[in-house]
Amino acid sequence: MTTTAAPLDVAALKADFPILARTVREGKRLVYLDSGATSQRPRQVLDFERQYIETANAAVHRGAHQLAEEATDLYEGAREKIADFVGVGFDEVVFTKNATESINLVAYAFGNATFSDDPAAKRFALGPGDEIVVTEMEHHANLLPWQQLAQRTGATLKWFSVTAEGRLDLSDMDELITPRTKVVAFTHQSNVLGTINPVSVLVAKAQSVGALTVLDACQSVPHSTVDFKALGVDFAAFSGHKMLGPSGIGVLYGRSELLQAMPPFITGGSMIEQVFMDHSTFAPPPQRFEAGVPNTSQAIGLGAAVDYLSALGMDRVAAHEHELTGAALSGLQEIPGVRIVGPADNVDRGSAVSFVVDSVHAHDAGQVLDSLGIEVRVGHHCAWPLHRKLDAAATVRATFYVYNDLADVQALLDGVRETQKFFGVGA
Amino acid sequence: MQLQQMYQEIILDHYKNPHHRGLRDPFEAEVHHVNPTCGDEVTVRVHLEGEGPDAKVVDVSYDGQGCSISQASTSVLTDLVIGRTVGDAFGTMDSFVELMQGRGRIEPDEDVLEDAVAFAGVAKYPARVKCALLGWMAFKDAVARVVDGGQA
Repeated sequence: MTTTAAPLDVAALKADFPILARTVREGKRLVYLDSGATSQRPRQVLDFERQYIETANAAVHRGAHQLAEEATDLYEGAREKIADFVGVGFDEVVFTKNATESINLVAYAFGNATFSDDPAAKRFALGPGDEIVVTEMEHHANLLPWQQLAQRTGATLKWFSVTAEGRLDLSDMDELITPRTKVVAFTHQSNVLGTINPVSVLVAKAQSVGALTVLDACQSVPHSTVDFKALGVDFAAFSGHKMLGPSGIGVLYGRSELLQAMPPFITGGSMIEQVFMDHSTFAPPPQRFEAGVPNTSQAIGLGAAVDYLSALGMDRVAAHEHELTGAALSGLQEIPGVRIVGPADNVDRGSAVSFVVDSVHAHDAGQVLDSLGIEVRVGHHCAWPLHRKLDAAATVRATFYVYNDLADVQALLDGVRETQKFFGVGA
Repeated sequence: MQLQQMYQEIILDHYKNPHHRGLRDPFEAEVHHVNPTCGDEVTVRVHLEGEGPDAKVVDVSYDGQGCSISQASTSVLTDLVIGRTVGDAFGTMDSFVELMQGRGRIEPDEDVLEDAVAFAGVAKYPARVKCALLGWMAFKDAVARVVDGGQA
């Protein structure tokens, strides 16, 4: 990662995050290393959301009064900001509750297409003989929807395996992705391993057999410059709360032509064109996929989060996290009895650093770290098959973001040594 | 320090040197329980003699993997229930569950709970209560499958 821009001024931006000023567990400084699960929110996002609620709150896309107009403009304005942020068209951004819902929306729409009479929907239909390909490193959110879709339609689920280093094993790609493949769903950046997958290789192969691609971008969009058009994926999903935004808001990107042809998932108010007692027609995308009054202030808040991140500069954000990740990887590897789960080299990887401490269960390690004010994730991080594959029942995971600094990394390293001391293991 | 309150010596001793560990024959029921949030798992077998609440818990054997809290509490469980009647064992279990769900506000009765009183500190950490109850819930399930004829 090379950048000529000045590094992030972490000390200054920390002041934007009120929660970082609190203490935990008997006065310990809060060292928040769980942004991979959910990030903290800056005042700018909270203020923007509050200002909307205090000045323009109304149901969007319904009323004809002034507040409804202003609310709708703000909501659609947020959509534009987010579309620009990931390099896609305004009408290609669908607001959902979270990335999990985004992926389910696609999977259920494909299921609905399977049982639809609409000729346009046929391209999404699945049945016996068709195949869906995922990877062994998927978060449950990008595994279960496909597993269930395969069960409902009679399609077959296949998957890429993961190497001991935590990279995708592409050696059998030609056997996995074939003319039978209809969908290839994979993560951009593993939430456990940090591994960044070779999107272009997978997309090229999927396109060569006419399969659709679905990218889980939850751990990439918040941390680096991501351009879905440049990546060439057909669908992508990410969540607001992992990128300094509110919870309750997620995004589905879908290539315009595909969203136009795809049947809806959730039906009801505001996703319609005409409604009769016995049948209905649907609005064009993205409204077709946004039934019901949406999480408006959350969408608007996510727009503010995108402004905040854009002002920092995503290349600087990525460079900053790359530095912290490098320090964590080398520091952890210097501690005898600690094993990194995932790529140990700081190449093609993001800032999720998972590890095991020999003879100390991840829950117990997490408890000692928590007693020191260091908030990490412990367990299988919603990637149980991956943990099974890597022979780790549970891991400790630290994830870094814009407001973390080298002092936080040092606190983690000291905390791991303290953990070993407490349980009488290690050097 | 709160950490020492949670990780009492008794707990660490049971973790490092678990009692009655390993799966044994004979047994009338075997169950496998997991903690879905962390993937910890335990397999518990029970060997009972007799009928109903007066049935005697002749043996409880187990295997599993998990954190110190889940492993130690299963070890303590075996000490507390082997050789007792099902009725007595369930009485002890009720006390333990009450202690674990008490958010640290319940004074444990050492005459009833013996080594299990060491888990009082764990009750202050809601995220770890499930760990402490993993083996106990498996034991309850296994016994119910025998006593209730699979109606549990």
